[in-house]
Amino acid sequence: MDLIYTSQQNSFRMEVRDWLRSHVPQNKLPSFDTDDGFEAHRAWERTLSEGNWGMVTWPKEYGGRGCDLIEWLIFEEEYYRAGAPLRVNQNGIFLLGPTLMEYGTDAQKARFITEMAKGNEMWAQGWSEPGAGSDMAAIRCRADRDGNEFVINGQKIWSTRAVYADWVFGLFRSDPESSRHHGLSFILVPLNSPGVTVRPIPQLNGLPGFAEIFFDDVRVSDFNLIGEEGQGWSIAMSTAGFERGLMLRSPARFQQASRRLVELYRARQNDILDLSIENAVVQCYMDAEAYALSTYQTASRLTKGGKIGAESSCNKIFWSELDIRIHETAMSLLGPYAETEGVGMKYHEEIAAWVDGFLFSQSGPIYAGTNEIQRNIIAERLLGLPRK
Amino acid sequence: MDFTFSEEQQFFESTLADFLKDNVTAEQIRQRWESAEGFDKTTWQSLAELGITAALVQEANGGLGLSFEDCILLMQACGRSALPEPIIEHSFIAAALLEDVHAIAPSQTTKDLLAGVAAGEKVLMTSHVINPHTNMAQSADAFLIQFGDDIHLVDKSEVQLKTMKSLDPSRRMSSLDWQPSAKSCLLNGVKGSELWQRTLNRGALATAAQLLGLAEAMVSQAVKYASDREQFGKPIGTNQAVKHLLADCAVQIEFAKPVIHRAAYTVSVAPNRADWAVSHAKVCASEAAKLAARHCTQVFGAMGYTWECDLHIWAKRAWVLDKEWGDNGFHKNRIHEWLLQPKALLGPEFTFGRRYLGDANEVV
Ligand SMILES: Cc1cc2nc3c(=O)[nH]c(=O)nc-3n(C[C@H](O)[C@H](O)[C@H](O)COP(=O)(O)OP(=O)(O)OC[C@H]3O[C@@H](n4cnc5c(N)ncnc54)[C@H](O)[C@@H]3O)c2cc1C
Repeated sequence: MDLIYTSQQNSFRMEVRDWLRSHVPQNKLPSFDTDDGFEAHRAWERTLSEGNWGMVTWPKEYGGRGCDLIEWLIFEEEYYRAGAPLRVNQNGIFLLGPTLMEYGTDAQKARFITEMAKGNEMWAQGWSEPGAGSDMAAIRCRADRDGNEFVINGQKIWSTRAVYADWVFGLFRSDPESSRHHGLSFILVPLNSPGVTVRPIPQLNGLPGFAEIFFDDVRVSDFNLIGEEGQGWSIAMSTAGFERGLMLRSPARFQQASRRLVELYRARQNDILDLSIENAVVQCYMDAEAYALSTYQTASRLTKGGKIGAESSCNKIFWSELDIRIHETAMSLLGPYAETEGVGMKYHEEIAAWVDGFLFSQSGPIYAGTNEIQRNIIAERLLGLPRK
Repeated sequence: MDFTFSEEQQFFESTLADFLKDNVTAEQIRQRWESAEGFDKTTWQSLAELGITAALVQEANGGLGLSFEDCILLMQACGRSALPEPIIEHSFIAAALLEDVHAIAPSQTTKDLLAGVAAGEKVLMTSHVINPHTNMAQSADAFLIQFGDDIHLVDKSEVQLKTMKSLDPSRRMSSLDWQPSAKSCLLNGVKGSELWQRTLNRGALATAAQLLGLAEAMVSQAVKYASDREQFGKPIGTNQAVKHLLADCAVQIEFAKPVIHRAAYTVSVAPNRADWAVSHAKVCASEAAKLAARHCTQVFGAMGYTWECDLHIWAKRAWVLDKEWGDNGFHKNRIHEWLLQPKALLGPEFTFGRRYLGDANEVV
């Protein structure tokens, strides 16, 4: 065990820090769930990719830096430390990108990866349907083959960023005779295709963070089929594994939030009567650190050739519950000022960010596989309890 | 940056784990309960032969010269088997303190004792003020006792034991009655206080590692029971309510591990900067073990509430170790104090690195 960064890693950190210092926008960007905010975030993605900072773990040929996971963690730490904008294209770069690299043809990689990396094409993901939430294998949205095209009919729902995105990737039933996880295909669909209707769904904060997507005889070339026809389920599972496993929520996000929580606590300490707050602040700080340590340990193991397993389902539960606790504690520290987002107060923006974060934290245990589903997975695959 | 254990470290752990699995069964632990001393000399001897008692003693003093980090998995394994013999108190707490004393104030007495301790021939226990009572004192040959900042070495003949019953039938608790003297004092002042601080950290961390092992063992017993026991015509473990009780334990265990391992590293490379890492480890291991005790008892149903069911061998150890070497209140307060320091290095960029390497006056 050696928990000291190498001098190479330290200079990498300094390089990231310097670049971010001179490039991160001075003023906080408007929410990416608004017209202006989305374009501002798209511009930020371009800036990142021009500096080759868009996705540091990607190979150089795709605009990455070929970094290992420890360097990725360092990058993320600096990114959150700098208060840089949220990644509007995370569905693309964190989920679809790695999937394309693993399952895409050379032509598909050439067509999609660079455009994604440059921020020219933004991606939404389309798994869920009204009848297929936790039970994703109940997908009904159809993709019928017609020559070298697919004709898509049906509906997706809860698709994040779909209101402003350019493309959606998802699972469609390409074999009408099939059921459950058989006969599904992983297909990429341009959202400006004729027959596509995107209907925004306002989230708890009132902004259209996700959407319903209706497909009415939408034709897409079979060039957009990833992997084999009918193999969509296993490809999607690899995407989902990545999401839960490591990259969806980097620990730095929660470490930065818990640092802000400690600062808020120091500022409000003398006005707080609730005896449980002190304990909650300490617990949040510890848990954010535990999540970071766990990720470093996994990253070290993977770097040495290990594989990610069912224990990754523990991550999803841990960070989503931590996020709720951090924000609940912040709400308690803000007391009645949370309700009005601190309007008229000196720290109005900071308070508004806590309140927005609090609302968003409520969704953590739901998206990316609900925590109940994760507990089922842990019980059956990690602990070996009987399924039936 | 490499957060994995070496092959040697893992090999040592698996050697010990194999030994404990075959030689320290629940049935044998129950036999110890019947005896006054609760201490099996043959087991102790075998553990010494495996090198456990010599692990932290320097090679020059007849030991293996390993680091605390090298041994943390061993402590976890002892917890997993609910080992009653106080090998951890002896090898990883008392021996380490004696080694530290000897490094500062070497004498023939400490040198001879170190050799005896490393060989497992002399059983050494510590008494730190944070713990009112000492486990297995009647089996000890000598004690390192805290008196203010002073470190006293006291022979068993100079100590009156007042023995009392423990909640955990595997333990034998006593309070020590003794008289400090100039002759018994090995070290005092700032140096003494610094070594007691280190001892507290080693004690808390060794306890955390055991608690983690206890939690793992309880969950695997409950998983087995839930897979075998049937109600409504199917194993109780097929019910989601049961699954989720155990999944919750798995999550806590999973996130206690790296914290304990980081603390072991910190205690090894920066023993005077280890307070926050150790306290974090103790708190999360305690929480994991208490949750496991509660949820696993629930999974066993009425059986879990009986003396006959083996689960309480582990659960009771968890309940008592939770309070030893500082309870959660003590450890959370240490973290709280640290978090409130204006210069504390908080945030994502400080997970590692400067907290260990920074200059000695820096707040970490
Ligand atoms: C903020 C946000 C963003 C999202 N983004 C996307 C996206 O970009 N693309 C996309 O495709 N989807 C997205 N989703 C949808 C998300 O994946 C689903 O909400 C999720 O899979 C749960 O499905 P559901 O909402 O239909 O709930 P249901 O499946 O109806 O579940 C409702 C409740 O029942 C519980 N439950 C269901 N089945 C079981 C079971 N077998 N055992 C125990 N409990 C069970 C669930 O845990 C939950 O508590 C997003 C959701 C949110 C909240």
